[in-house]
Amino acid sequence: MKPAVLFGGLGVASVGVFIAELALGPVAIAPHEVWAALWPGQSAADQNALIITVIRLPRAVLAALVGAILAISGAAMQGLFRNPLADPSLIGVTAGASLGASLAIVFGGALAGAMGLTIVSIGAFIGAVLAVLLVYALATRGTQTSVTTMLLAGIAIGALAGAATSLLEFVASNEMLRRISLWQMGGLDGATWPRVGLLAAVAVPVVAGLIGLAPALNALLLGESEARHLGFAVDMIKTVLIGLVALGVGVSVALAGAIVFVGLVVPHIVRLAIGPDHRLVLPGAALAGATLLLGADVAARLLVAPAELPVGLLTALVGAPFFILLLRGSRDYAL
Amino acid sequence: MSLVVADLCVAARLHDVHLTAAAGERVGVIGANGAGKSTLIGAITGDVAATGRVLFDDRPLAGRPRLERARRVACLAQRQSLAFPLTAREVVALARSPHATGRALDADIVAAAASAMDISSLLGRAYTRLSGGERQRVQLARVLAQIWRGEDAGDRLLLLDEPVAALDIGHQGMVMATLARLAADGVAMVFVMHDVSLAAAHADRLIALRDGQIIAAGPPAEVVTEAVMAEVFAARTRVISHPDTGHPVVLHG
Repeated sequence: MKPAVLFGGLGVASVGVFIAELALGPVAIAPHEVWAALWPGQSAADQNALIITVIRLPRAVLAALVGAILAISGAAMQGLFRNPLADPSLIGVTAGASLGASLAIVFGGALAGAMGLTIVSIGAFIGAVLAVLLVYALATRGTQTSVTTMLLAGIAIGALAGAATSLLEFVASNEMLRRISLWQMGGLDGATWPRVGLLAAVAVPVVAGLIGLAPALNALLLGESEARHLGFAVDMIKTVLIGLVALGVGVSVALAGAIVFVGLVVPHIVRLAIGPDHRLVLPGAALAGATLLLGADVAARLLVAPAELPVGLLTALVGAPFFILLLRGSRDYAL
Repeated sequence: MSLVVADLCVAARLHDVHLTAAAGERVGVIGANGAGKSTLIGAITGDVAATGRVLFDDRPLAGRPRLERARRVACLAQRQSLAFPLTAREVVALARSPHATGRALDADIVAAAASAMDISSLLGRAYTRLSGGERQRVQLARVLAQIWRGEDAGDRLLLLDEPVAALDIGHQGMVMATLARLAADGVAMVFVMHDVSLAAAHADRLIALRDGQIIAAGPPAEVVTEAVMAEVFAARTRVISHPDTGHPVVLHG
């Protein structure tokens, strides 16, 4: 597929699902009203405009940003680890966030949040960052960071955090248990403008920074020594890349819970379409991730209306079968 | 002198290795499995931690600015892998990333290096779909494209670990002829080779390693003798002269 075709198609699709996210729901709003509501000068009494600007627009932007961050981070992780099955959860982000969120749910009941964030979000972010720092420290000797050790350390730390989370679930009350499992399914229902603003402030440098590292990731496909021989500062690049991914995914997970498979599957769809050149794969994954999560959220809100499904459930429902197909077909695709 | 290596040691693997390569000089490194040949290449590039001195163009190689170094020093390791199926052209084109020569010239250089390695017809194919020998030629084209032409008066250095081990005899000759052309253009080279006869035919000087130490060094005719072969490889060989060129040729004894 020509890159222009993919980007054109994704551009149209992303605008389409964005409009659907704004227009569809318990109150259906006509597209021209959606359009009008996006511009200032609305009367505060206009209920449809309020629904869009206060509820649906922040949610749509949150979905797009989370999807973009998860997918581009997954693409970067797969490139760095030279492994088609890598995703941000491999370096402990998700397991750490899960533990942090569970701790906050079980023990943080009396604590107030800060900066418009709940204590659960703050716990998740701290858990994610601590897990990555730990994994990174375990894999670093002197100035050298072993990517393979990092992968294994990520699995070990993930298992530890998972066990600790299970222990918390064991001691938690039924109400807490339900909150923990709902958090782990991921959801975008907590979207407010301050949170969207926080995520945007993180998303812009993360996405731009990762795209800036695309040439280095291409060279890293040859191997670390080869990238070094081609003039790339490999150790610094690894640190920056891990830092960007930890920051982006940490904040995403804190705000939207554990949304699985976007980071793993979306980069593969993009690579299958246009090849593995990171200069195209990274922006393509960001756009495709935003589109997919928006689409999944539209479905999550509509399928069982007036209730809504956790969006992470839908990404897993779509992602898991695709992942299985990928495993079956990986002979043609990876090494 | 393009490359000066002195007192190079790697704990338990390499002991006091000295070697030099002038501009345009081809130095071959021979030795048995595990003799330290690849360790030597890694110690020169800095991939393997080593003590001693490695000077390039009269200054320590390790301290050179990354891009300036990458424009002049290329290295092909013995084993290559690729994580995702880039095309052969994309692999070769990565060699131009340290350069700022412009897209058109880069494309010309990629095409020229590909033509020299006989992979022009493979450029559009996925690297992971190529045969072992084809992959080797793609990787060779990549490191050649990295130092294909000198951009300034500075020296260039090419380090190759088993560049032709995976290749048929026709492509071996083609690669060695290309290396000779680059040497004539002033590129200094160090290559590791298992095929002693091939190394003897194409190197200006040979270095024979055993257990991380230099056993013999000098022109091929002095190094490739039955006595040295016995010492280096612990094998009985016969060494004869090539009927046309006079280069030493090693036969099983």
